[in-house]
Amino acid sequence: MLTYATRRMILAIPTLLFISFVIFMLLQLAPGDPMAQVPLTVPPEVKQKMREALGLGAPPLVQYWKWLVQIFWIEPQVLIDYVFGTGLAEGKLRVISWQTRSPVMDIILQRIPQTLWVVGVAYVVAILIALPIGIYSAYKQYSVFDQAGTFVTMVGFSIPPFFTGPLLIVIFSVQLGWFPSIYDTTHVVNDWPSFKVQLQQMIMPVMVLAFQITAQLSRYMRASMLDNLGQDYVRTARAKGLSEAVVVGVHVVRNSMIPVITVIALGIPSIFGGAIITESVFKVNGIGQLLLTALFANDLPMVMTLTFIFAVLIVAFNLIADILYGLLDPRIRYD
Amino acid sequence: MTESPQDDLILADSSPRGVEAIGALKDTGPTAPPRSRGSDIWDQLRKHKGAMFGLGFLTFITLAVLVGPYIYTVDPQKLDIRNKDMRPIYTALWDSGAKVGWNKPLGSDQLGRDNLAQMLAGGRASMAVGWAAMLLSLFIGTAIGVVAGFFRRLDGPLMRVTDLFLALPILPLLLLAVTLFRQPLRAGFGPEGGMFILIVTIVAITSWMPTARIVRGDVLAIKEREFVLAARSIGSTPGKLIRRHILPNVLSPIMVSAALGLATAIITESALSFLGVGFPSDFPTWGKMLADAVVRMEQFPERVMLPGIAISLTVLSVNYLGDGLRDALDPRIRGR
Repeated sequence: MLTYATRRMILAIPTLLFISFVIFMLLQLAPGDPMAQVPLTVPPEVKQKMREALGLGAPPLVQYWKWLVQIFWIEPQVLIDYVFGTGLAEGKLRVISWQTRSPVMDIILQRIPQTLWVVGVAYVVAILIALPIGIYSAYKQYSVFDQAGTFVTMVGFSIPPFFTGPLLIVIFSVQLGWFPSIYDTTHVVNDWPSFKVQLQQMIMPVMVLAFQITAQLSRYMRASMLDNLGQDYVRTARAKGLSEAVVVGVHVVRNSMIPVITVIALGIPSIFGGAIITESVFKVNGIGQLLLTALFANDLPMVMTLTFIFAVLIVAFNLIADILYGLLDPRIRYD
Repeated sequence: MTESPQDDLILADSSPRGVEAIGALKDTGPTAPPRSRGSDIWDQLRKHKGAMFGLGFLTFITLAVLVGPYIYTVDPQKLDIRNKDMRPIYTALWDSGAKVGWNKPLGSDQLGRDNLAQMLAGGRASMAVGWAAMLLSLFIGTAIGVVAGFFRRLDGPLMRVTDLFLALPILPLLLLAVTLFRQPLRAGFGPEGGMFILIVTIVAITSWMPTARIVRGDVLAIKEREFVLAARSIGSTPGKLIRRHILPNVLSPIMVSAALGLATAIITESALSFLGVGFPSDFPTWGKMLADAVVRMEQFPERVMLPGIAISLTVLSVNYLGDGLRDALDPRIRGR
């Protein structure tokens, strides 16, 4: 297992380097000029200086190398400085956003709490709802509950978030007036009333996201439960007189959780990726929204860094899912 | 004659000329022709209510967007500013003061464009993108899957490429690619044609991986079966082997992923239009209509509901069809 994990981790490095290279070269093709917003009165030689200050004068390969150095060498130093109060990264050039002229990593760190609050809570809520639904509807296959559950998950699977979002806004913000339609990022929670406001503004985006994730997870859970319920060990467990609660709740659920846990692990990168669509519907100031605005504003360093972080997360959690699978299921042998 | 051969045997025994003892030889043979695999699958599919609903609705919506514009011949782009902001005709049922009219059955938008005509044209675009992207992604996925499964030497590299694509963050990359290549393609193929090519290609390139993986797995299993060995022993070339013996046997997973691919393609196109990077503003698609209507959804909720319901129902019916196909094509479930 350890050798497998190490081999996969070593293999992940060239994969990530290749992905980052591809994204970087794609971005080089981008039309648009970061100097487009600079007033026309600025003389061309000053503009050229500004361009060089952004690191645009060098050939693409050199730019790529500089970006790599900034991400893998300077940014960790900044992190160490921040944690231990040292001065390692003093005066070194970090990855700078073309939009705000501030370090990309700082902006990302500002945005992450919003995304984590909304998308992370949605993920937890979805897991808490999906697993019981999946377990029960597999246990009572073809019952009314199962039929209804399958139908609802199918609907959740099919309705896109850019429809459920506006739908919820029309019903709950416009008609009923219960929840605000816009997520207020500047809201500070310091007492119970403000916590209630925070809850109210979180409910709708969380509902939209959780609906989708629940649909996927409970389908997996149901299928996996059905696979296991027909196995011989279940008959044995029943035959030796175990109660139904123990048979299903302990024996079957534990075995059915193996594939579901890997699916959950595979979905975690999307939490950090933020839900681009849901965030833009509810105006949540998260990572997804940051990527969208950066794309439209031609902010290449920001786009580059964000997509690279997403890629790292996807590769990492793929690896974690595979290792988890091997750890949880002793039948799986990687060596 | 009696029904079963056993009875024939008894009859034969009891007959005076006991020589014809072997009753099976007198058997008249099967009365009905052998059932084909297709009719088996169809029978199973017919039992799946969701799949039948899906098939019905998909046929209906496809016919509607194909034939509809010839029956309802209003130009979706025509600006009729006097008749702007009309409500759908059914609004009159509960709101007698609403601005409705038979000339605009589903109402009109803020520029007076006919909603029904826009829905039909938008559906045409969405379905065309969905089908084209699905077919292209299916083609890429099947080709890579078959080649990787059949030729051992290509398996490693091709599967690494598949893993690489699976590790790409899809939606950010989609947005990236659309913003990057919009201008050159528009210049080359016109605003609508360029966008169509771009969206279809991008959706296909980012969604072929699951098909490739499933097909490769199936090909790996089928390749070792005796009939392939037999075909190989009579000198079939690899190309012939793939076309004649392997492809027909991996058809069922391909069909299931076709259904799922159609659903994802329609949703992705609508999502891109919703985020404002899809088709040009004067070219209606369902996602675009929905996105444009969101700002006015308090006064005109139907403008969000109609395209939203159209997208959702289409995707729902495709998903149900895929579900039913999966059950019907699985011989272990079939016949139960």
